[in-house]
Amino acid sequence: MTTQDHTHASHGPEIDAHTGIATTGHEWDGIRELNTPLPRWWLGIFYATIVWSIGYWVVYPAWPLITGATKGVIGYASRIEIEKDMQDLKTLRASQAAGLGEASLEQIKADPNLFRIAMAQGKAAFGDNCVACHGVGGAGSKGFPNLNDDDWLWGGSLESIQQTLQHGVRATTDADTRVSMMPAFGKDGTLKRDEINAVANHVRELAGLPTEPKADLAKGRKLFADNCAACHGEAGKGNQELGAPNLTDAITLYGMDVASITETITNGRGGVMPAWGPRLDPTTIKSLTVYVHSLGGGQ
Amino acid sequence: MSTTATSTGGRRSLWSKHKIFETNSIILIIGVLLVISVGGLVEIAPLFYLKNTIEKVEGMRPYTPLELAGRAIYVREGCYNCHSQMIRPLRDEVERYGHYSLAAESMYDKPFQWGSKRIGPDIARVGGKYSDEWHRLHMTDPRLIVPQSIMPGYPFLFRNELDTREIAAEMKANRLGGVPYSDEMITAAMVDLKAQATPDHPGQDDLAKRYPKSQARDYDGDPARITEADALIAYLQVLGTLVDFKLYDDKANIR
Repeated sequence: MTTQDHTHASHGPEIDAHTGIATTGHEWDGIRELNTPLPRWWLGIFYATIVWSIGYWVVYPAWPLITGATKGVIGYASRIEIEKDMQDLKTLRASQAAGLGEASLEQIKADPNLFRIAMAQGKAAFGDNCVACHGVGGAGSKGFPNLNDDDWLWGGSLESIQQTLQHGVRATTDADTRVSMMPAFGKDGTLKRDEINAVANHVRELAGLPTEPKADLAKGRKLFADNCAACHGEAGKGNQELGAPNLTDAITLYGMDVASITETITNGRGGVMPAWGPRLDPTTIKSLTVYVHSLGGGQ
Repeated sequence: MSTTATSTGGRRSLWSKHKIFETNSIILIIGVLLVISVGGLVEIAPLFYLKNTIEKVEGMRPYTPLELAGRAIYVREGCYNCHSQMIRPLRDEVERYGHYSLAAESMYDKPFQWGSKRIGPDIARVGGKYSDEWHRLHMTDPRLIVPQSIMPGYPFLFRNELDTREIAAEMKANRLGGVPYSDEMITAAMVDLKAQATPDHPGQDDLAKRYPKSQARDYDGDPARITEADALIAYLQVLGTLVDFKLYDDKANIR
């Protein structure tokens, strides 16, 4: 059969005997190609998309011209859409959070309805902006404060938290930021290695932790009074005005083992928190303040 | 069989000339290029001559030498494979990342780093969002602070001294591409680079004059050396911070 077919059609484009369809006339080593027409449904859709695109050019922005582009008859632009979306969102929030903008932090805290709304907004904003440093549950990590405990470096009142959020801590871009710096006593040559060890052990003594047997605690006490007490206080209770941590509790930002304390005294510390004022709107900062205050340790 | 009217050999219309293309690969290639270039001319060429492609903004400036070097490391390490720098004009993105990205914000990026994948978050406005120390820890091992992170660590950036030999040449190349680096900027490239990464460097006033809003400090936690981490963190900390959105007119730039 095949051989017979082959010989019959060796003179160019003809109707294939088996299928009744014309061939393209091409022949490669005796193999010919059927010129099967495209299915009608397919062609129909193809032409419809061409017609559709012409409609699209008319309705939407499309063709670039000399000084601009055709704008389309419905005046669509993604930047108009987003403007509208954000306006809608603002309106929606204004109705839901009526009063959140005007209310003081204390009023929000006292009013169950406002408090509920502030907590919801605060939680969302915390997820977007704060968890990278303070952790998903606000538990922090080494160098990044835990927000769940009662220990506050710069104060745990609503006002203090709001101030910290608004202006940050040692934020280089904000003139009103909270500033202080733990000096690098070792690197600057203020204290020698053995002196630092004595102070480190005294700090552990203050926190009620066991000290090294060979430590010179009397010397540590004296050096602490001379060098550290100005910020951390005579008793090491800290000073929230200066962001100086309380050294007498077990809560610590950089570790309370002798090696960590030695590192802190030698190189100093100065964690930075960005100022959120320029990034977040005032209502969001209020909600965040209430949220952080409620995490467990608000004062 | 003999009644078949349409034998291709017998037709002389243009439609039947495809044999020329099908049997001559060079002519086929030229034909393909001509057809494709129509698309290019219509879609790409207007972006170069239309004045309204790039918005009018206040505050954009070329990258400082240190930021430019950091950008090169960003590209070298393939950060763009996982991070986009393109906040789209969609509500959820604007809510999370801030104002949508403008063309003007990447006009000095050669090439732009918009990216196309977000395995990690968008970082078009990451500048100032986190502290340098956060970036240091995060770059050393992301899981130190973000336990669920799948980003690789880049601890070697802190060991590698920054290669600064080509910095002036790179600025010149950028200038050829349209970035307005002045001769003065190129001459002072090395001084500016050192000034930005060294605390209390005397060149910082000049740096601030040449590059407004530039921030000079020790980025990598090692003031004695200028490492690749210095450059990369300086670059990350400037992303999205240059345009002054208080002065930017959203309405005037609708297109």
